Amino acid sequence: MDKLRKTAVWLDDRLHLTALYASTAGHEVPKSSGSWFYVLGSGTLLCFVIQVLTGICLAFVYVPSTNEAWTTLNYLNHHQFLGWYMRAIHEWGANFMVAIMTLHMIQVFLFGAYKYPRELTWISGTFLLFITLGLSFTGEVMRFDQNAYWGLGIGVEIMGRVPGIGGGLVHLLLAGPIIAGETLSRFFTLHVFILPGLFIAIIAMHLRLVLNKGISEVPKVGRPVHKATYDAHYADILRKEGVPFVPYAIGKDLIFAAIVIIGILGCALIFGPSGPVGPPNPTVIQASPTPDFYFLWIFAGLALLPDWMETFVMFGAPLIIFVVMVLLPFWSGSGEKHVRRRPIAVLVVIFCVMVFGILTYEGATTPWSPHMEAWSSNPTPAKYLVGRTPLEMRGAAVFENKQCRNCHSLGGVGGVRGPALDTVGQRLTRPQLVRQVIQGGGNMPAFGKELSPAEVDAVVSFMQTLRSKGAPPAHNSTVPQNNLLRDVASNRMPRPPLRQ
Amino acid sequence: MSGVDRGLLDKSEEPAAQHETDPTRRDYLFHLGVGVVSVTSVLLAIPLVGFVCSGFVQGPVNKWISLGVLDSFPEQITRLATFRNPFTRPWDGQTGNIPVWVRRIAGSDFQVFAINCAHLGCPVRWFQESGLFLCPCHGGVYYADGSRAAGPPPRGLFQYKYKIEKDQLWIWGGEMPTLANPV
Repeated sequence: MDKLRKTAVWLDDRLHLTALYASTAGHEVPKSSGSWFYVLGSGTLLCFVIQVLTGICLAFVYVPSTNEAWTTLNYLNHHQFLGWYMRAIHEWGANFMVAIMTLHMIQVFLFGAYKYPRELTWISGTFLLFITLGLSFTGEVMRFDQNAYWGLGIGVEIMGRVPGIGGGLVHLLLAGPIIAGETLSRFFTLHVFILPGLFIAIIAMHLRLVLNKGISEVPKVGRPVHKATYDAHYADILRKEGVPFVPYAIGKDLIFAAIVIIGILGCALIFGPSGPVGPPNPTVIQASPTPDFYFLWIFAGLALLPDWMETFVMFGAPLIIFVVMVLLPFWSGSGEKHVRRRPIAVLVVIFCVMVFGILTYEGATTPWSPHMEAWSSNPTPAKYLVGRTPLEMRGAAVFENKQCRNCHSLGGVGGVRGPALDTVGQRLTRPQLVRQVIQGGGNMPAFGKELSPAEVDAVVSFMQTLRSKGAPPAHNSTVPQNNLLRDVASNRMPRPPLRQ
Repeated sequence: MSGVDRGLLDKSEEPAAQHETDPTRRDYLFHLGVGVVSVTSVLLAIPLVGFVCSGFVQGPVNKWISLGVLDSFPEQITRLATFRNPFTRPWDGQTGNIPVWVRRIAGSDFQVFAINCAHLGCPVRWFQESGLFLCPCHGGVYYADGSRAAGPPPRGLFQYKYKIEKDQLWIWGGEMPTLANPV
């Protein structure tokens, strides 16, 4: 026992462990910071540690070569002992990290914790957020399959839009003129060395700042931050109700850590790893690349923006978001911290969550994408064929063969790029239908060159029969109508003649 | 320890004299050290920066590439052709194979379209029946002649330069088509 004690004292004399402990784990924090709201930062750090550990494991097997990466991913999934699980944990660790980090940021913002004297803590956190997104994107490229290939293509095309140096940037990003041999090595280096290295360095700074300036106390209504008096006020809080972080304030962090670990392990177990989907072979073009969920909002934005503002938003929006976040603590560095006195801050959070949420939902459902197989795999609903004339039946066939279904649904099945056509016969008159089919417009291509006059006649006749039960066909209200339509409306006739 | 020694020495005359010569020597060594390390650091930086930026200053990569004999492209038909990209590495694997859409209008009148949508590079698919190219990502649509029909693309499909030689169709390619390098 005495020997053990002597060894401990010897080690402490060399390594100064007790001093290190006292200034880090044992440092004093306000009692109020031992709160469930304060567990999100340590949760994010835990996720990062899990990413490093699982990433190292994956790197034991993964080969960052365009020729081999896809094969090694499949080897990990199917042959390597627990390889599938390691991939799943790494992926879910990333999902949890982005999610918890976002909540951490929202909490810090709503608690006014970015205000004086913690400006740099917030700014370093902003850098950590952007690096995390960089890690997410490069991580998607590591899963080098069909999706990664075309997803990378999207990133490259965005780079190619930078005025002036776009072409050079493309070459720099790809390490060549196309996505090939050196591209994956470059992204591997970013994902495994450069970005994690930067991340660790900035985390060190982030934590150092937390120790230097103290963790923010839970705000109270009517206790605004004044730069002149805050430091004394904070020292006063520590003197009155300061407790050492370990063991008095760390309890909830530890419980949250356990929840996060169970969450990641559980999701990984239930959902497994994603992909790899088809091999990264660009000549197999039956691909519908979509990004992972944290980039779905960008994906949706790129589909929904008008093209004249697209390039500006692509580069302007991230830059503006970054600059606003960096300048925020200087712009509102003092004043009220409590949310009840900061209605605009609350509105900003609600607005951002709604925008990102809605765009993510849109990105997950991609209503703008044609359903490439609808025309050949979704038959025309039988109720739209019953009792039709031969010409209308031929029109239904034209409707399927010319792939109208890829963008227009019938009976709720088919693309949603264009409007559903179940009741188009009561919305558009025959001349309007003919014009729309032949000339297109309103984001519909013109089919004038692809359809013969007979085919147009047939398909329009078919579309005129697409009406709710008993509803009359659309008509031009400036043209006097005969009694026929009234008869149709009151269902006195079994079927209306479609042309007069 | 040395601080204590210094403290004692500072009181005597002799070391004080030494103190005056010392800084000049130390200054000299310090300045020499900074200078030498600066120069050698630049020497180290040259290969580092040059290595990383080599992709930035690459020369032209495009070459004439054969897509095969003319007979493999029937008239009035648009079909997929593939080629091995001239810029290649031994470990490229299948990523070095690049597809293009070849439309033979008649005789020696061709159009060769890049597979990449002009919006953000996703692979467009040809639909013979409706005579349209559809993009799976953001719903870009092009007509049979490659012109923009609908959706977010800012222009029509990228077209390769082509020539007919030795009864074969050749295209001028090698670069991934982007708005900055539109083949």
